[in-house]
Amino acid sequence: MKDIKIHVNDLSLYYGEKKALKEISMQIPANKVTALIGPSGCGKSTFLRCINRMNDLIPDVKITGEMLVEGVDIYDKNVDVVNIRKKIGMVFQKSNPFPKSIYENIAYGPKINGIKNKTELDEIVETSLRKAAIWDEIKDRLDDSALGLSGGQQQRLCIARTLAVSPDIILMDEPASALDPISTSKIEELVHELKEQYTIIIVTHNMQQAARTSDYTAFFYLGELIEMGKTNAIFTKPEQKQTEDYITGRFG
Amino acid sequence: MNSEFPNKQNFTKESLKKQFRLSEFLAEKIISSVAFLSIAIIVLIFVFVFKESLPIFNFGTSEKAKTEMEAAPDSGAKPESYGSEPTEELKPETYGSEPVANEELKPETYGSEPVTNEDLKPETYGSEPVTNEDLKPETYGDVKAEPTVAASSDEMKEVVGSNNEGADKTWSTFFTTEWVPVSEHPRFGLIALLIGTLKVTIIAMLIAGPIAILAAIYTSCFASKRAKEIIKPIIEMLAAFPSVVIGFFALMVLATFFQDVFGYESRLNAFIGGVAMALAAIPIIYTISEDALSAIPKTFTEASLALGASKWQTAFFVILPAATPGIFAALLLGVGRVFGETMIALMATGNAALLSANPFESVRTFAATIGSEMAETVFGETHYSVLFFIGSLLFIFSFALNAVAEFYVKGKLIKKFQGK
Ligand SMILES: Nc1ncnc2c1ncn2[C@@H]1O[C@H](COP(=O)(O)OP(=O)(O)OP(=O)(O)O)[C@@H](O)[C@H]1O
Ligand SMILES: [Mg+2]
Repeated sequence: MKDIKIHVNDLSLYYGEKKALKEISMQIPANKVTALIGPSGCGKSTFLRCINRMNDLIPDVKITGEMLVEGVDIYDKNVDVVNIRKKIGMVFQKSNPFPKSIYENIAYGPKINGIKNKTELDEIVETSLRKAAIWDEIKDRLDDSALGLSGGQQQRLCIARTLAVSPDIILMDEPASALDPISTSKIEELVHELKEQYTIIIVTHNMQQAARTSDYTAFFYLGELIEMGKTNAIFTKPEQKQTEDYITGRFG
Repeated sequence: MNSEFPNKQNFTKESLKKQFRLSEFLAEKIISSVAFLSIAIIVLIFVFVFKESLPIFNFGTSEKAKTEMEAAPDSGAKPESYGSEPTEELKPETYGSEPVANEELKPETYGSEPVTNEDLKPETYGSEPVTNEDLKPETYGDVKAEPTVAASSDEMKEVVGSNNEGADKTWSTFFTTEWVPVSEHPRFGLIALLIGTLKVTIIAMLIAGPIAILAAIYTSCFASKRAKEIIKPIIEMLAAFPSVVIGFFALMVLATFFQDVFGYESRLNAFIGGVAMALAAIPIIYTISEDALSAIPKTFTEASLALGASKWQTAFFVILPAATPGIFAALLLGVGRVFGETMIALMATGNAALLSANPFESVRTFAATIGSEMAETVFGETHYSVLFFIGSLLFIFSFALNAVAEFYVKGKLIKKFQGK
């Protein structure tokens, strides 16, 4: 693990009194896909949302420990959360395109970053949609409402929207959980292509998906990081008994 | 069916037989009849208001009406007695005296015994041809008492006659600017009233719209949960504020205050009226906008913030456009409230039907005109009909406003902000 993008040191998170993340320490490599797996309620989403400070929106959340992105602690008082999120994009479990046209959905991010030039915007919209492998399907209906797209198309649109602001890191929370196999495989291919340019962290419940798409895998259980390593290693000879039980489906 | 499961044969013809659920059936019927009744009542109100204004449309028959009235033996006293004459046109207004023939109008009769003219005299509201040219319709009591029945009768005959003769002329005076309803040559210029109404409405909406919507955006997007829990109920409570209190406040406090600030001439004017009506409209616009904004799913907010948008950008470029239909409806309700507001208009606008673009001149609105003059008109007279015509206009305006909004503006707005 030579090129580390994110260092997490002793990160704990409390929802009120409840400790949802317990002293997590891990390193996330740059330009690789890292999968987060674990049973429901173990804190995968919570951890993912820590990385772009989405948990700031929830009242009564307390975070201790360090989250260093390229050496900068993003929870430092002098760090602007808006700039963090520009660099760390997020794709949500449930696709959530804005109730705007397809074009406006993609152009929104660049626009709020101050890009006004129409040709420049057009270009960003096209490249983002192409990267998200949806351009050919919707290039003729850019002015239609994004809500008229199918679920799979909407999710790829959301990915394109995230790409349009050209982040460094992309967080994906079960991006394919509500999609059919064809859309799912498209998104998996996409993840594979995107890792050339981006650092990707993906939460998934699907073991095959984790095995297929990721380079590294982290296993969470009850708010703790049990084990993290190369995906191959985790899936073939995990060090911890709990990991093995979970991966093989013998989980109680 | 019963607890012991004696036979497992649940899918028999017997058990699947169509059931008659009496209580549901009754409830359904009651609900639908109440719904229809309320719709019917709205339609009936409009029909009634419009029907009262019909005489001014009566070009051909106005002559006949006049003769009929003159032919009636006790025609002179007619205007005072609220509907004792046998003319067809006037029957619906009967407030309860003569034994009317048409049964269907009975519910509107407010009394029962066949009163004579003498009995009704105390009700005279000053029907003699007063020559107050000076727009003083609010004066309720400067009538010279009539010495004899005969004298008033004769005079009234003239007035009624001339008014009816002028029925076709009434139309042409609508498009003039003078509102002089009580005069020998009454003029019913609606233009000044229309401009007055629009002026007040626009001023009120220009003040209320931004304030209410910004307040709604603040509470739904920026305020902490506790602040929201305090602010929202308080503003909602203001919606139930009696308009007479707001009018009083405008009359006593605002008028003086703004006169000190701006130093204009007439103390009560369109601006004061607009400010006071904005006070009445803000809670309505606020409440409905706030609901519309809060109904926007949090996922949009999250998506926007995750793209690196600030709270401010999220509120104005994502949440506000998504809530456009609701906010539009809120604004429309505000317009409706201001448009039909009577008490505040009466108290705060100065009530002079002047035609001017200056927001600091007194104005008179449609609703205030009806409110102030209805009590002193003579039933069946042109003035009376014109007031009802104005009432119908108010109806039609707000209906048209909503229709246009519903079918045209809303569709376009939604397309503009949310894609086709
Ligand atoms: N807003 C919140 N307030 C309080 N507790 C929360 C909140 N969000 C999550 N939790 C709790 O924190 C724990 C971790 O939740 P999290 O959503 O991270 O789980 P997860 O691993 O993503 O589960 P899943 O796979 O089902 O999405 C859970 O016990 C959950 O109940
Ligand atoms: Mg989750």
